Amino acid sequence: MPVDVLIVDDSAAIRKILHRVLLQAEVPLGKVVEAADGREALRKLQEEKIGLILSDINMPNMDGLQLLSALKAQADLKAVPVVMVTTEGSSSKVMEAVALGAAGYVKKPFTADQIKEKLTGLI
Amino acid sequence: MRTEITSVQATEILRRATHDVFETMLGVTPEERAGRQENSPPDPAEGVLALIGIAGDWVGTGTISGSAGAARFLAGKFLMQEFAEVDEEVVDAIGELSNMVFGNVKTMLEEQLGPMGLSIPTVICGCNLTTRSVGNHAWTVAAFEVEGHRLELRICFRRRERSSTPDRLAASLPVLG
Repeated sequence: MPVDVLIVDDSAAIRKILHRVLLQAEVPLGKVVEAADGREALRKLQEEKIGLILSDINMPNMDGLQLLSALKAQADLKAVPVVMVTTEGSSSKVMEAVALGAAGYVKKPFTADQIKEKLTGLI
Repeated sequence: MRTEITSVQATEILRRATHDVFETMLGVTPEERAGRQENSPPDPAEGVLALIGIAGDWVGTGTISGSAGAARFLAGKFLMQEFAEVDEEVVDAIGELSNMVFGNVKTMLEEQLGPMGLSIPTVICGCNLTTRSVGNHAWTVAAFEVEGHRLELRICFRRRERSSTPDRLAASLPVLG
């Protein structure tokens, strides 16, 4: 069954690249929705039935960790898997994301294969 | 933890990070050109300048600069499309590339100096761009050429003095004009 994916990143370039990688990935993909920060992501999640979220950590307004906390506090959203796509390598922020319930993380720069591999286990 | 990084080590870190990001995300191999240590502000430049602040026990700034043509080329490789001018998409792409490069730099520096934070990048386009280091600290410069386009990466950082304001992110300020 196709899964709708939400990409959350303040960089339009990264959203575009991830969108392209998703379209090329051999996974049952539905709609791809984009948001520029955590706040916009929460608004989109009210409108769309999302099955997977790819999110940056460092973003203005509401960052990826705040978004993750907000999702885990909502009964209808806490089961949605969130993969962090971030420049934060092995930093405390990644550890915090995992502790908050992130399904995994991909470090920037990333290859299309790394994204596909991460998605295959989740979709 | 070490207490300092030499200019040679900083140059090597800039080179490794640039190679990693450019080869993975752009599919291009940057050719290295002679790097240097600058103890005075660089000559005014024109084109595109991305700045990113380093915060924590170590404070400073990293920059990537190049001509408008270099910026259009890099953004084109990043997004797989051609750009006739430096528009919003080019600026965004250069900001994200600088975020990735200095994110990598940060990871390598943290292995030796301890935890650091990075600001969200700022990208400036124009003529007569001068970058000055508050406190006159030395800049380490790594230079590259990518398919005929010259790029320079600079980093300037120092251990934060205990009396400094913790939130003071950038040790340098762009000066226009």
